[in-house]
Amino acid sequence: MNRYTIAVLVRNQFGVLNRVTSMFRRRQFNITALTVSETESNQYSRITVVFSGDALKEQQLISQLQKLPDVCSIRQLHSEDSISCELLLIKMANEPSTREEIRAAASAFGADTVDYSQHAMVFRLTDTSHRIDDFLDFMRDYTILEICRTGCVSLQKGSATLRQDVDE
Amino acid sequence: MTLSGADILVRTLIEQGVDTVFGYPGGQIINVYDSLYKYQSEIHHVLTAHEQGATHAADGYARTTGKPGVVISTSGPGATNLVTGIATAYLDSIPLVALCGNVPTTQIGTDSFQEIDITGVTLPITKHNYFVSSVEDLADTVREAFQLAQSGRPGPVLIDIPKDVQIATCEYKPAPPVTADEPVSAPMAQVEQAAVLINAAKRPFIYFGGGMIAAAAQEEMLALADAIDAPIGCSLAGISGIPTDHPRFLGMQGMHGHYACSLAMHNADLIISLGVRFNDRVTGNRSKFAPGARIVQVDVDGSELSKNIPATVGLWGDVKKTLQALLPLIRPSQLPGWQSVVAQLRQEEEESLDHRPGLTPRNAIMALNERLSPSTPVATDVGQHQMWAAQTLRFCQSRRFASSGGLGTMGYGMGAAIGAYFATGERTVLVTGDGSFGMCLNELATAVSNRIPLVILLMNNGVLGMVRQWQTLFFEKRYSNTVLNRSTDFVALAKAFGAAGETADTLEELNAALDRAFASDGPYLIDCAIEKDEFVLPMLPPGGSVEEIITKVGD
Repeated sequence: MNRYTIAVLVRNQFGVLNRVTSMFRRRQFNITALTVSETESNQYSRITVVFSGDALKEQQLISQLQKLPDVCSIRQLHSEDSISCELLLIKMANEPSTREEIRAAASAFGADTVDYSQHAMVFRLTDTSHRIDDFLDFMRDYTILEICRTGCVSLQKGSATLRQDVDE
Repeated sequence: MTLSGADILVRTLIEQGVDTVFGYPGGQIINVYDSLYKYQSEIHHVLTAHEQGATHAADGYARTTGKPGVVISTSGPGATNLVTGIATAYLDSIPLVALCGNVPTTQIGTDSFQEIDITGVTLPITKHNYFVSSVEDLADTVREAFQLAQSGRPGPVLIDIPKDVQIATCEYKPAPPVTADEPVSAPMAQVEQAAVLINAAKRPFIYFGGGMIAAAAQEEMLALADAIDAPIGCSLAGISGIPTDHPRFLGMQGMHGHYACSLAMHNADLIISLGVRFNDRVTGNRSKFAPGARIVQVDVDGSELSKNIPATVGLWGDVKKTLQALLPLIRPSQLPGWQSVVAQLRQEEEESLDHRPGLTPRNAIMALNERLSPSTPVATDVGQHQMWAAQTLRFCQSRRFASSGGLGTMGYGMGAAIGAYFATGERTVLVTGDGSFGMCLNELATAVSNRIPLVILLMNNGVLGMVRQWQTLFFEKRYSNTVLNRSTDFVALAKAFGAAGETADTLEELNAALDRAFASDGPYLIDCAIEKDEFVLPMLPPGGSVEEIITKVGD
């Protein structure tokens, strides 16, 4: 099983996310993360899909996406030629016995402390999904109260854009 | 000119070349029906007994013409009654435009009377669907829907139109009919790879489905077959694509396919598939499917390539255009060794056929064959009768067989036959079973109202024969809920609807009844007695392979 990241430019229309996710559900794609956001143009929205599977499944996902009339452009993003990151918020129990170890780990991973109270502290980490997984693995040794992560967003390096496919 | 949404809808249909629509009125589509009344000299609305029948009729119309069929319904239950018909069209890639009324936009989302989220319901069974929230968008949405339904791999498109959008007015500018996107060939690099495989093949086999018919690629396919000396087989959806008696044609492949066709495909060293998806009913156990064959797969839908069976070379493109690009690269060859294998298989098939005298399923269909004109459309329902028809019917003209292959919709046939009649103006035949006919026989009313010359061959065995066959073979004859034990008098029922009918208990009676039915100018039902333990043979056991083919059943 490989992990794939695919960026999709879609027409910014009511219900478009439903169309995309309905297809994923119906064809049983194993989606790990999915983000939707506005883009530089109000005509389009951008969906970033991370999923695991084999190369055949990846090809299926792309060709099934291509059939949706609202899909304007699709790119496979590879780690070597794209920038990917996601945002994590994690709320840890604030206990004297573990406080310093947690803070040291957060600092080592480059996470910011964004809330600090008597019984809890909240860290914010922006990094690759892989690094966030590592940070979470480390934190599992302590008391995690709550986690929220955004899912991956991704852009190609250099001047290439998804909209080039549409505008051409 | 300024028109209401309802008028714009009907004018746009007329502008798109639509002359026949099927449907059923209701509260939230009443304005559109008012416009249909106004434009009745330009567009003919066929009122069915049920929206499901209307959808199957639009499907039958589309299958026999290649043009999108149009179905109209009201909101709520009218719209949900379309669902089986839309799904049937979706699984067989039939172009359909379904138009539904809905409650006014101000009431959407409030669970109003007869409100249903039909775009949500039909999301997985349409190519695309639209909710029209403004009358200004209506005409272009209809045009886009027609283009989408016909382009690439055809399929159903639904448009949901709230009542206030039907009432609102705006400027209407007529436009020329849309055309399907220009078909394109697969990329030349892949075509060249395919040519290398084809030129090296010693036992090539051409296998086509509905996609070949949609692309109208008969001429190119036959040219390829002649050039490489290949036999041809098809899926259920391919039936009538080329004349049944074409010397290269081995018939249908699959679970109940022709023996020679299944065996030739199994023994091929190269399968060239044209617009067909290697469905599980075709391949059986995929790991044992055609073990020595490489596969050149041509499909206009890129997602079909290698979806079910890995393709050695996948050609993403229109079947006709791709074959046109391929043909100049093909080195003609004669393969007498392969042809003698195929001839041997044909001989074995001929010997394994059911040659019993009397009113057997095969003899019943052959009696029908004697009376079909080259252009007679034949619709079927789903079950044993469908397979007997698919195995034995003879066709001369493309787009004359309407049968639900992908979804396997019992109840499809009556509506489809009505649609096929309106598409062709020809006497139409429905081959059905007592189980399937029971599902949508209400459309007899439509056939009678429209005086449709419809011959209904009802193969009545008193059981749900296909499921019974499985129960006999795989469930130790535990006939759970497949013995109908009904006392329906189908002839009296036909007469109650205003149709003619008679029973046939022997082959002689059937022949006489068919003579009368084919001379009738209205619907004519023949209740034809079939023994309940007749089997559809050959049969590849589900999940089995050609090596396990069942050609005879003994006790």
